[in-house]
Amino acid sequence: MQESILDQITSTALPHGKRPILETRSMSLQFGRQVILKDISVKVNKGETIAIIGESGCGKTMFLKALVGLLSPTSGSVVFDGHDIQKLDDQEMTNLRKRFGFVFQNAALFDSMTISQNIAFPLRQHGVPKGKTAQNLISERLAEVGLPSNVLPKRPSQLSGGMRKRVGLARALILEPDLLLYDEPTTGLDPIMSDVINELMMRTRKRYPVTSIIVTHDMHSARKVADRIIMLYPYTRLEHGESQILFDGPPSALESTKDRRVSQFVKGEAGERLMEMLASRSKGPADTFGRVDPNHDDGMDEE
Amino acid sequence: MATDPFPNMDSPQSRLLSSLHRFASVWGTVVIDGVSTVGDISIFGWQMVLWMFRAKPKRETLMPNFYAVGVLSLPVVALTGTFIGMVLAIQSYHQFKNIGMETFLGAVINMSLVRELGPVLAATMLAGRVGSAMAAVLGTMRVTEQIDALISMGANPIHYLVVPRFLACVLLIPALTIMADFMGIVGGYFYSVIVFGIDHAQYLRNSREFVGSFDLFTGVFKSIFFGATIAVVSCYRGFHCQAGAEGVGRAATAAFVQSFVMILLLDIVLNIFLDAVYFAIWPTGAKLF
Repeated sequence: MQESILDQITSTALPHGKRPILETRSMSLQFGRQVILKDISVKVNKGETIAIIGESGCGKTMFLKALVGLLSPTSGSVVFDGHDIQKLDDQEMTNLRKRFGFVFQNAALFDSMTISQNIAFPLRQHGVPKGKTAQNLISERLAEVGLPSNVLPKRPSQLSGGMRKRVGLARALILEPDLLLYDEPTTGLDPIMSDVINELMMRTRKRYPVTSIIVTHDMHSARKVADRIIMLYPYTRLEHGESQILFDGPPSALESTKDRRVSQFVKGEAGERLMEMLASRSKGPADTFGRVDPNHDDGMDEE
Repeated sequence: MATDPFPNMDSPQSRLLSSLHRFASVWGTVVIDGVSTVGDISIFGWQMVLWMFRAKPKRETLMPNFYAVGVLSLPVVALTGTFIGMVLAIQSYHQFKNIGMETFLGAVINMSLVRELGPVLAATMLAGRVGSAMAAVLGTMRVTEQIDALISMGANPIHYLVVPRFLACVLLIPALTIMADFMGIVGGYFYSVIVFGIDHAQYLRNSREFVGSFDLFTGVFKSIFFGATIAVVSCYRGFHCQAGAEGVGRAATAAFVQSFVMILLLDIVLNIFLDAVYFAIWPTGAKLF
């Protein structure tokens, strides 16, 4: 039974470019009365590398999590390779997750396990692919992310932030996923390590036929790695009837955009934002800076 | 926060209405929150029961939890059990001596221990030592996205994290209870016989005649429910932890406090039930003299 579901899921992959591998259809997400995402429709083609940019609190991490079923959209749907992921049962979703790799913001390595056990975790859950051994796969992935084998018996707490992120990438890559999602991969790293992560993302794309979605507010990273950039804007700051997607196009088109909010973000200019914040403080708590998700920085107050 | 529906009215009636509105709003929120938390915990517990039968827990997740609950908790349970036995002896000795019945002290101490103090003490130590640690560990995993990572890699966090903790608590708390009972009996015996000099043969005979297997069963039976409560409440608190160090701390404290309240509440309910069973089997009941 398990096999047949898996075969069904994996056999529906279509040739490159024929159909989007991932699609959100009018996806909305809200917590209580707080609207995070409203009617987001995005199509991601196979092999694309997309950077989702936007200021803190715009819901870009929520968007990423909704793509792989970590959050359930309030309305609309997420379709991966022809499968509406909300309609899949537990077993089908588990099988589909073999095809996703998620690199978390702070790596989210399991503290109670060694690096080796962390990287091997997806293998333990889904089994080792035929013709390979777990040890070989771990060594290969570790070499790909440029880590020495002596880190394997260590615990995550013994590694630096950059090393942990690379272990997170190795773990996400171990089953050679079709869709790789990165949540702020360069945040909190020094400029050199940030660029190492950028290079690794580019090398990964060259090595595997993977579709990547990168959530970031690092414009250098977005420009360098992505071939398409989507900018999300906080729903509460939009004019009535406006789309939350302010920009969707290649990095080169960013320079010619006429939307001041996009160019302001790209150039990293505060503009009148500070004055707005001060004004909103004097008026009392404004929903513009409301709490979004207690478990993630992306949804926290900006101040 | 309740909004004032009568902002521009300052007559006594409208002020009274306004304060009644606020009162109803605040207490309404408390009741709704309370009911929804109980509902959430029940759903959480039910999902855990489903996952317990749906897939076999992995050995590597079971063993560390069995070790933490069964082995690492044993010394502290044994130590506190001994002290409680001694305290009971010290507290009761003079009253019993005044009426010349100090040889019955063993019966009273041992009965109190096996029926009530042993299981409650073992559960309290477990809630404090293991329950709050469970909430803190799972809370940290929630805050640092490790639970999301588990899900994203196809593992069910309830099956992977909660079921092993539940099994460890439920299966091993009877052993901890028996340990608390045994060490309490030893502590009580030591203080009564060695320190107060009560005749040891009479002390033991009176204990044996008064405390039966049903009493021991009562304590062990209750402890299973206590263990289940500790595991479900603590894991739930960890899973619903708020962000930051404060959130984790609050989850750990709430896990202990709520487990403890639930233990005492369950204790009352189970005692009423077990008493009914006891008197159905032995209508005359046990007599001290």
